[in-house]
Amino acid sequence: MKAHPSKESILEILAKVMDPELPMIDVVELGIVRDVDIGDAGIVVDVTPTYSGCPAMQVIERDIVSTLDLHGFPGAKVRTIYSPPWTTDWISDTTKRKLEEYGIAPPHLVTDRDGGIAELVSLRRARPTIACPFCGSANTSERSEFGSTACKAIHFCNGCHQPFDYFKSF
Amino acid sequence: MDERSALFEYLLRLGDDRLVLGHRLSEWCGHGPILEEDIALANISLDLVGQATLLLKLAGETEGKGRNEDALAYFRDGIEYRNLQLAELPNGDYAYTIMRQFLFDVYSYHLLDRLRSSSHSELAGIAAKGFKEVRYHVRHSSEWVARLGDGTEESHVRSQNALDDLWRFAGEIFVPDEVDMEMTARGIGPDLLAIKPQWELVVRDVVTRATLTMPADKYMVGGGRKGRHTEFLGHMLAEMQIVARSHPGAEW
Repeated sequence: MKAHPSKESILEILAKVMDPELPMIDVVELGIVRDVDIGDAGIVVDVTPTYSGCPAMQVIERDIVSTLDLHGFPGAKVRTIYSPPWTTDWISDTTKRKLEEYGIAPPHLVTDRDGGIAELVSLRRARPTIACPFCGSANTSERSEFGSTACKAIHFCNGCHQPFDYFKSF
Repeated sequence: MDERSALFEYLLRLGDDRLVLGHRLSEWCGHGPILEEDIALANISLDLVGQATLLLKLAGETEGKGRNEDALAYFRDGIEYRNLQLAELPNGDYAYTIMRQFLFDVYSYHLLDRLRSSSHSELAGIAAKGFKEVRYHVRHSSEWVARLGDGTEESHVRSQNALDDLWRFAGEIFVPDEVDMEMTARGIGPDLLAIKPQWELVVRDVVTRATLTMPADKYMVGGGRKGRHTEFLGHMLAEMQIVARSHPGAEW
Protein backbone atom coordinates (compact mmCIF):
# COMPACT_ATOMS: atom_id res chain seq x y z
CA MET A 1 0.00 0.00 0.00
CA LYS A 2 1.18 3.47 -0.87
CA ALA A 3 2.23 5.59 2.10
CA HIS A 4 0.08 8.61 2.89
CA PRO A 5 1.45 11.90 1.56
CA SER A 6 2.49 14.46 4.15
CA LYS A 7 0.20 17.36 5.00
CA GLU A 8 2.95 19.76 3.89
CA SER A 9 3.10 18.23 0.42
CA ILE A 10 -0.67 18.55 0.02
CA LEU A 11 -0.62 22.16 1.22
CA GLU A 12 2.11 22.83 -1.31
CA ILE A 13 -0.18 21.59 -4.09
CA LEU A 14 -3.13 23.57 -2.69
CA ALA A 15 -0.98 26.71 -2.83
CA LYS A 16 -1.33 26.44 -6.62
CA VAL A 17 -5.09 27.10 -6.32
CA MET A 18 -5.69 30.81 -6.79
CA ASP A 19 -8.68 32.81 -5.59
CA PRO A 20 -10.64 33.55 -8.80
CA GLU A 21 -11.35 37.10 -7.63
CA LEU A 22 -7.77 37.72 -6.43
CA PRO A 23 -5.67 35.88 -9.02
CA MET A 24 -2.36 36.69 -7.28
CA ILE A 25 -3.36 35.16 -3.94
CA ASP A 26 -3.67 31.42 -3.29
CA VAL A 27 -6.32 29.85 -1.08
CA VAL A 28 -3.84 28.71 1.57
CA GLU A 29 -2.33 32.13 2.23
CA LEU A 30 -5.79 33.71 2.14
CA GLY A 31 -6.80 31.46 5.04
CA ILE A 32 -9.61 29.70 3.17
CA VAL A 33 -7.93 26.28 3.57
CA ARG A 34 -8.09 25.57 7.29
CA ASP A 35 -6.83 21.99 7.51
CA VAL A 36 -6.06 18.86 5.54
CA ASP A 37 -7.00 15.41 6.75
CA ILE A 38 -5.18 12.50 5.13
CA GLY A 39 -6.55 9.08 5.91
CA ASP A 40 -7.18 5.68 4.36
CA ALA A 41 -10.44 7.01 2.93
CA GLY A 42 -8.61 9.76 1.06
CA ILE A 43 -7.89 13.44 1.41
CA VAL A 44 -10.34 15.81 3.04
CA VAL A 45 -9.67 19.54 2.76
CA ASP A 46 -11.37 21.81 5.30
CA VAL A 47 -12.28 25.16 3.86
CA THR A 48 -14.07 28.16 5.33
CA PRO A 49 -15.86 30.80 3.25
CA THR A 50 -14.75 34.42 3.45
CA TYR A 51 -18.31 35.82 3.31
CA SER A 52 -21.54 33.77 3.64
CA GLY A 53 -22.54 34.49 0.06
CA CYS A 54 -19.12 34.54 -1.58
CA PRO A 55 -19.79 33.35 -5.15
CA ALA A 56 -16.14 32.29 -5.57
CA MET A 57 -16.46 29.44 -3.07
CA GLN A 58 -17.96 26.93 -5.51
CA VAL A 59 -15.20 27.62 -8.02
CA ILE A 60 -12.57 27.33 -5.30
CA GLU A 61 -13.94 23.96 -4.14
CA ARG A 62 -13.94 22.66 -7.71
CA ASP A 63 -10.39 23.95 -8.29
CA ILE A 64 -9.14 22.29 -5.10
CA VAL A 65 -10.49 18.89 -6.20
CA SER A 66 -9.23 19.21 -9.79
CA THR A 67 -5.76 20.49 -8.77
CA LEU A 68 -5.26 17.59 -6.35
CA ASP A 69 -6.46 15.22 -9.06
CA LEU A 70 -3.95 16.70 -11.50
CA HIS A 71 -1.13 16.04 -9.00
CA GLY A 72 -2.03 12.42 -8.49
CA PHE A 73 -4.59 12.62 -5.69
CA PRO A 74 -8.00 11.92 -7.23
CA GLY A 75 -11.25 11.86 -5.31
CA ALA A 76 -10.39 14.47 -2.67
CA LYS A 77 -13.30 15.79 -0.64
CA VAL A 78 -13.92 19.36 0.48
CA ARG A 79 -15.57 19.97 3.82
CA THR A 80 -16.93 23.43 4.66
CA ILE A 81 -16.53 24.65 8.22
CA TYR A 82 -17.85 27.90 9.69
CA SER A 83 -16.14 28.17 13.02
CA PRO A 84 -13.97 30.06 13.77
CA PRO A 85 -15.21 32.58 11.19
CA TRP A 86 -12.71 33.73 8.57
CA THR A 87 -10.89 36.94 9.35
CA THR A 88 -8.50 39.13 7.36
CA ASP A 89 -6.17 38.94 10.37
CA TRP A 90 -5.12 35.51 9.04
CA ILE A 91 -3.55 37.16 5.98
CA SER A 92 0.22 37.43 6.41
CA ASP A 93 2.30 40.57 5.81
CA THR A 94 3.86 38.95 2.73
CA THR A 95 0.40 38.40 1.24
CA LYS A 96 -0.66 41.93 2.16
CA ARG A 97 2.30 43.22 0.17
CA LYS A 98 1.14 41.16 -2.83
CA LEU A 99 -2.29 42.78 -2.60
CA GLU A 100 -0.70 46.21 -2.52
CA GLU A 101 1.51 45.48 -5.52
CA TYR A 102 -1.60 44.39 -7.43
CA GLY A 103 -3.27 47.73 -6.64
CA ILE A 104 -5.49 46.74 -3.71
CA ALA A 105 -4.91 48.48 -0.38
CA PRO A 106 -4.43 45.70 2.21
CA PRO A 107 -6.69 45.24 5.26
CA HIS A 108 -5.94 46.67 8.69
CA LEU A 109 -6.08 44.47 11.75
CA VAL A 110 -9.63 43.91 12.93
CA THR A 111 -10.54 45.79 16.04
CA ASP A 112 -13.32 43.48 17.10
CA ARG A 113 -15.99 44.47 19.59
CA ASP A 114 -15.89 48.16 19.10
CA GLY A 115 -17.69 50.78 21.01
CA GLY A 116 -21.32 49.66 20.54
CA ILE A 117 -23.68 52.31 19.21
CA ALA A 118 -20.97 54.82 18.27
CA GLU A 119 -19.30 52.35 15.95
CA LEU A 120 -22.60 51.37 14.36
CA VAL A 121 -24.26 54.67 13.71
CA SER A 122 -21.79 57.53 13.65
CA LEU A 123 -20.99 59.08 10.31
CA ARG A 124 -17.94 60.57 11.99
CA ARG A 125 -16.58 57.34 13.46
CA ALA A 126 -12.82 56.95 13.49
CA ARG A 127 -11.53 55.36 10.32
CA PRO A 128 -8.00 54.10 9.78
CA THR A 129 -5.90 55.94 7.22
CA ILE A 130 -5.82 53.93 4.01
CA ALA A 131 -2.79 54.74 1.87
CA CYS A 132 -3.27 54.81 -1.90
CA PRO A 133 -1.74 51.65 -3.41
CA PHE A 134 -0.80 53.59 -6.55
CA CYS A 135 0.93 56.76 -5.30
CA GLY A 136 1.23 56.11 -1.55
CA SER A 137 -0.68 59.25 -0.58
CA ALA A 138 -2.44 59.16 2.79
CA ASN A 139 -4.88 61.78 1.54
CA THR A 140 -7.65 59.34 0.59
CA SER A 141 -11.36 59.08 1.33
CA GLU A 142 -13.86 56.26 1.62
CA ARG A 143 -16.53 56.24 -1.10
CA SER A 144 -18.41 53.13 -0.02
CA GLU A 145 -17.85 50.18 2.29
CA PHE A 146 -19.21 47.94 -0.48
CA GLY A 147 -17.23 47.39 -3.66
CA SER A 148 -16.61 45.16 -6.66
CA THR A 149 -16.63 42.00 -4.52
CA ALA A 150 -17.88 41.22 -1.00
CA CYS A 151 -14.37 41.60 0.40
CA LYS A 152 -13.57 45.05 -0.99
CA ALA A 153 -14.52 48.68 -0.34
CA ILE A 154 -14.26 51.63 -2.73
CA HIS A 155 -11.83 54.43 -1.84
CA PHE A 156 -10.62 57.47 -3.70
CA CYS A 157 -7.14 59.00 -3.72
CA ASN A 158 -7.11 62.77 -3.56
CA GLY A 159 -3.40 62.71 -4.42
CA CYS A 160 -3.49 60.97 -7.81
CA HIS A 161 -7.26 61.36 -8.33
CA GLN A 162 -7.97 57.68 -8.87
CA PRO A 163 -10.45 55.33 -7.29
CA PHE A 164 -8.96 52.20 -5.73
CA ASP A 165 -10.04 49.03 -3.93
CA TYR A 166 -9.46 48.49 -0.22
CA PHE A 167 -9.51 44.92 1.07
CA LYS A 168 -11.97 45.29 3.94
CA SER A 169 -10.84 44.57 7.46
CA PHE A 170 -13.16 41.70 8.42
CA MET B 1 -44.08 20.79 19.88
CA ASP B 2 -41.03 18.55 19.97
CA GLU B 3 -37.52 19.97 19.85
CA ARG B 4 -36.79 18.98 16.26
CA SER B 5 -39.96 20.60 14.87
CA ALA B 6 -39.34 23.74 16.92
CA LEU B 7 -35.74 23.97 15.69
CA PHE B 8 -36.86 23.42 12.10
CA GLU B 9 -39.43 26.22 12.41
CA TYR B 10 -36.88 28.48 14.05
CA LEU B 11 -34.29 27.94 11.32
CA LEU B 12 -36.92 28.56 8.63
CA ARG B 13 -37.74 31.90 10.25
CA LEU B 14 -34.10 32.93 10.34
CA GLY B 15 -33.47 31.73 6.79
CA ASP B 16 -36.69 33.09 5.26
CA ASP B 17 -36.19 36.60 6.67
CA ARG B 18 -32.82 36.78 4.93
CA LEU B 19 -33.88 35.10 1.70
CA VAL B 20 -36.94 37.29 1.19
CA LEU B 21 -35.26 40.56 2.19
CA GLY B 22 -32.18 39.63 0.17
CA HIS B 23 -34.32 39.00 -2.89
CA ARG B 24 -36.11 42.31 -2.41
CA LEU B 25 -32.78 44.15 -2.27
CA SER B 26 -31.59 42.36 -5.41
CA GLU B 27 -34.48 44.03 -7.26
CA TRP B 28 -32.51 47.29 -6.96
CA CYS B 29 -29.63 45.84 -8.95
CA GLY B 30 -29.19 48.09 -11.99
CA HIS B 31 -31.72 50.61 -10.60
CA GLY B 32 -29.80 52.15 -7.67
CA PRO B 33 -29.91 55.95 -7.31
CA ILE B 34 -26.11 56.17 -7.65
CA LEU B 35 -23.57 53.57 -8.70
CA GLU B 36 -22.09 53.10 -5.20
CA GLU B 37 -25.53 52.41 -3.75
CA ASP B 38 -26.42 50.00 -6.52
CA ILE B 39 -23.25 48.07 -5.66
CA ALA B 40 -23.85 48.33 -1.91
CA LEU B 41 -27.37 46.90 -2.07
CA ALA B 42 -26.23 44.09 -4.37
CA ASN B 43 -23.50 43.23 -1.85
CA ILE B 44 -25.86 43.29 1.11
CA SER B 45 -28.32 41.19 -0.86
CA LEU B 46 -25.59 38.66 -1.56
CA ASP B 47 -24.66 38.48 2.14
CA LEU B 48 -28.30 37.93 3.12
CA VAL B 49 -28.95 35.26 0.49
CA GLY B 50 -25.65 33.61 1.53
CA GLN B 51 -26.75 33.55 5.17
CA ALA B 52 -30.15 32.20 4.09
CA THR B 53 -28.46 29.39 2.14
CA LEU B 54 -26.57 28.23 5.23
CA LEU B 55 -29.61 28.52 7.49
CA LEU B 56 -32.02 26.75 5.12
CA LYS B 57 -29.47 23.99 4.51
CA LEU B 58 -29.32 23.44 8.25
CA ALA B 59 -33.13 23.60 8.41
CA GLY B 60 -33.38 20.88 5.77
CA GLU B 61 -30.91 18.66 7.64
CA THR B 62 -32.82 19.23 10.87
CA GLU B 63 -36.11 18.28 9.24
CA GLY B 64 -34.54 15.09 7.89
CA LYS B 65 -36.89 14.65 4.93
CA GLY B 66 -34.28 15.14 2.24
CA ARG B 67 -35.08 18.78 1.45
CA ASN B 68 -32.01 20.91 0.79
CA GLU B 69 -31.76 24.71 0.75
CA ASP B 70 -32.91 24.92 -2.88
CA ALA B 71 -35.96 22.74 -2.26
CA LEU B 72 -36.92 24.94 0.67
CA ALA B 73 -36.37 28.18 -1.24
CA TYR B 74 -38.02 27.26 -4.54
CA PHE B 75 -40.66 24.68 -3.75
CA ARG B 76 -42.55 26.17 -0.83
CA ASP B 77 -45.58 28.40 -1.35
CA GLY B 78 -46.12 31.71 0.44
CA ILE B 79 -48.18 30.12 3.21
CA GLU B 80 -45.17 27.94 4.10
CA TYR B 81 -42.81 30.91 4.36
CA ARG B 82 -41.99 32.05 7.89
CA ASN B 83 -40.43 35.47 7.28
CA LEU B 84 -41.49 38.71 8.93
CA GLN B 85 -43.92 40.71 6.83
CA LEU B 86 -41.42 43.58 7.13
CA ALA B 87 -39.00 41.63 4.92
CA GLU B 88 -41.44 41.11 2.03
CA LEU B 89 -42.74 44.67 1.61
CA PRO B 90 -42.06 46.19 -1.82
CA ASN B 91 -39.04 48.45 -2.14
CA GLY B 92 -40.90 51.77 -2.51
CA ASP B 93 -38.59 54.76 -2.84
CA TYR B 94 -35.02 54.76 -1.58
CA ALA B 95 -36.00 56.21 1.80
CA TYR B 96 -38.43 53.31 2.23
CA THR B 97 -35.89 50.64 1.25
CA ILE B 98 -33.28 52.14 3.58
CA MET B 99 -35.68 52.46 6.52
CA ARG B 100 -36.94 48.88 6.09
CA GLN B 101 -33.33 47.72 5.97
CA PHE B 102 -32.33 49.76 9.00
CA LEU B 103 -35.14 48.38 11.20
CA PHE B 104 -34.18 44.85 10.17
CA ASP B 105 -30.39 45.31 10.37
CA VAL B 106 -30.47 46.55 13.95
CA TYR B 107 -32.60 43.54 14.94
CA SER B 108 -30.35 41.16 13.00
CA TYR B 109 -27.22 42.65 14.58
CA HIS B 110 -28.43 42.01 18.14
CA LEU B 111 -29.94 38.63 17.27
CA LEU B 112 -26.81 37.26 15.59
CA ASP B 113 -24.65 38.71 18.36
CA ARG B 114 -26.56 36.51 20.85
CA LEU B 115 -26.79 33.51 18.51
CA ARG B 116 -22.99 33.41 18.38
CA SER B 117 -23.17 31.77 21.80
CA SER B 118 -26.05 29.42 20.91
CA SER B 119 -25.90 25.92 22.38
CA HIS B 120 -26.34 24.67 18.79
CA SER B 121 -22.76 24.79 17.52
CA GLU B 122 -23.52 24.91 13.78
CA LEU B 123 -26.02 27.72 14.25
CA ALA B 124 -23.48 29.55 16.42
CA GLY B 125 -20.89 29.26 13.63
CA ILE B 126 -23.27 30.59 10.97
CA ALA B 127 -24.26 33.46 13.29
CA ALA B 128 -20.63 34.38 14.04
CA LYS B 129 -19.94 34.74 10.32
CA GLY B 130 -23.17 36.62 9.62
CA PHE B 131 -22.61 38.95 12.56
CA LYS B 132 -19.43 40.28 10.98
CA GLU B 133 -21.34 41.01 7.76
CA VAL B 134 -24.28 42.65 9.52
CA ARG B 135 -21.98 45.13 11.27
CA TYR B 136 -21.30 46.57 7.83
CA HIS B 137 -25.00 46.48 6.95
CA VAL B 138 -26.07 48.45 10.04
CA ARG B 139 -23.45 51.07 9.38
CA HIS B 140 -24.68 51.44 5.82
CA SER B 141 -28.39 51.69 6.58
CA SER B 142 -28.04 53.82 9.73
CA GLU B 143 -25.80 56.32 8.00
CA TRP B 144 -28.27 56.65 5.12
CA VAL B 145 -31.17 57.13 7.55
CA ALA B 146 -29.18 60.01 9.06
CA ARG B 147 -28.31 61.51 5.67
CA LEU B 148 -31.82 61.28 4.24
CA GLY B 149 -33.67 62.27 7.44
CA ASP B 150 -31.37 65.24 8.05
CA GLY B 151 -31.04 66.00 4.33
CA THR B 152 -33.38 68.04 2.16
CA GLU B 153 -36.98 68.85 2.95
CA GLU B 154 -38.03 66.24 0.39
CA SER B 155 -35.79 63.47 1.73
CA HIS B 156 -36.87 64.29 5.29
CA VAL B 157 -40.57 63.97 4.44
CA ARG B 158 -40.02 60.73 2.54
CA SER B 159 -37.99 59.26 5.43
CA GLN B 160 -40.62 60.18 8.00
CA ASN B 161 -43.37 58.71 5.81
CA ALA B 162 -41.37 55.51 5.45
CA LEU B 163 -40.79 55.23 9.18
CA ASP B 164 -44.47 55.90 9.97
CA ASP B 165 -45.63 53.33 7.44
CA LEU B 166 -43.10 50.64 8.42
CA TRP B 167 -43.52 51.00 12.17
CA ARG B 168 -46.59 48.77 12.37
CA PHE B 169 -44.57 45.97 10.76
CA ALA B 170 -41.76 46.23 13.31
CA GLY B 171 -43.89 45.00 16.22
CA GLU B 172 -43.90 41.46 14.85
CA ILE B 173 -40.15 41.12 15.38
CA PHE B 174 -40.48 40.97 19.14
CA VAL B 175 -43.49 38.75 19.78
CA PRO B 176 -42.10 35.45 21.11
CA ASP B 177 -44.31 32.40 20.61
CA GLU B 178 -43.97 28.73 21.58
CA VAL B 179 -41.15 28.18 19.06
CA ASP B 180 -39.09 31.05 20.44
CA MET B 181 -39.73 29.98 24.01
CA GLU B 182 -38.67 26.41 23.26
CA MET B 183 -35.46 27.71 21.66
CA THR B 184 -34.74 30.03 24.58
CA ALA B 185 -35.37 27.26 27.08
CA ARG B 186 -32.82 25.06 25.31
CA GLY B 187 -30.24 27.80 25.03
CA ILE B 188 -30.46 27.71 21.23
CA GLY B 189 -32.00 31.13 20.61
CA PRO B 190 -32.03 34.33 22.66
CA ASP B 191 -35.00 35.85 24.45
CA LEU B 192 -36.53 38.29 21.95
CA LEU B 193 -37.83 40.46 24.76
CA ALA B 194 -34.26 40.97 25.96
CA ILE B 195 -33.21 42.16 22.50
CA LYS B 196 -36.08 44.61 22.13
CA PRO B 197 -34.71 47.35 24.43
CA GLN B 198 -31.30 47.16 22.70
CA TRP B 199 -33.02 47.50 19.32
CA GLU B 200 -35.08 50.44 20.53
CA LEU B 201 -32.02 52.19 21.92
CA VAL B 202 -30.18 52.14 18.58
CA VAL B 203 -33.31 52.91 16.51
CA ARG B 204 -34.18 55.88 18.73
CA ASP B 205 -30.61 57.18 18.63
CA VAL B 206 -30.43 57.11 14.84
CA VAL B 207 -33.98 58.38 14.28
CA THR B 208 -33.38 61.32 16.63
CA ARG B 209 -30.03 62.10 15.03
CA ALA B 210 -31.79 62.04 11.65
CA THR B 211 -34.17 64.76 12.99
CA LEU B 212 -37.07 62.32 12.53
CA THR B 213 -39.86 61.59 14.99
CA MET B 214 -40.32 58.16 16.57
CA PRO B 215 -43.81 56.88 15.73
CA ALA B 216 -46.19 55.84 18.48
CA ASP B 217 -47.16 52.15 18.72
CA LYS B 218 -50.60 51.80 17.19
CA TYR B 219 -52.14 48.70 15.66
CA MET B 220 -49.22 46.40 14.93
CA VAL B 221 -49.66 43.85 12.16
CA GLY B 222 -48.08 40.42 12.14
CA GLY B 223 -48.51 36.78 11.30
CA GLY B 224 -45.56 36.18 9.01
CA ARG B 225 -44.08 33.67 11.46
CA LYS B 226 -47.26 31.60 11.04
CA GLY B 227 -47.37 31.88 7.25
CA ARG B 228 -49.80 34.82 7.06
CA HIS B 229 -48.36 37.29 4.63
CA THR B 230 -49.17 40.47 2.76
CA GLU B 231 -50.37 40.24 -0.82
CA PHE B 232 -46.85 41.15 -1.94
CA LEU B 233 -45.05 37.94 -1.02
CA GLY B 234 -46.82 35.73 -3.56
CA HIS B 235 -45.88 38.00 -6.44
CA MET B 236 -42.27 38.09 -5.30
CA LEU B 237 -42.08 34.31 -4.94
CA ALA B 238 -43.64 33.79 -8.37
CA GLU B 239 -40.75 35.68 -9.90
CA MET B 240 -38.12 34.14 -7.64
CA GLN B 241 -39.30 30.56 -8.12
CA ILE B 242 -40.42 30.39 -11.74
CA VAL B 243 -37.17 29.11 -13.27
CA ALA B 244 -36.70 26.38 -10.67
CA ARG B 245 -40.33 25.30 -10.95
CA SER B 246 -40.39 25.35 -14.76
CA HIS B 247 -37.22 23.26 -14.93
CA PRO B 248 -37.10 21.19 -11.74
CA GLY B 249 -33.71 19.62 -11.11
CA ALA B 250 -32.03 21.64 -13.84
CA GLU B 251 -28.29 22.18 -13.40
CA TRP B 252 -25.89 24.51 -15.12
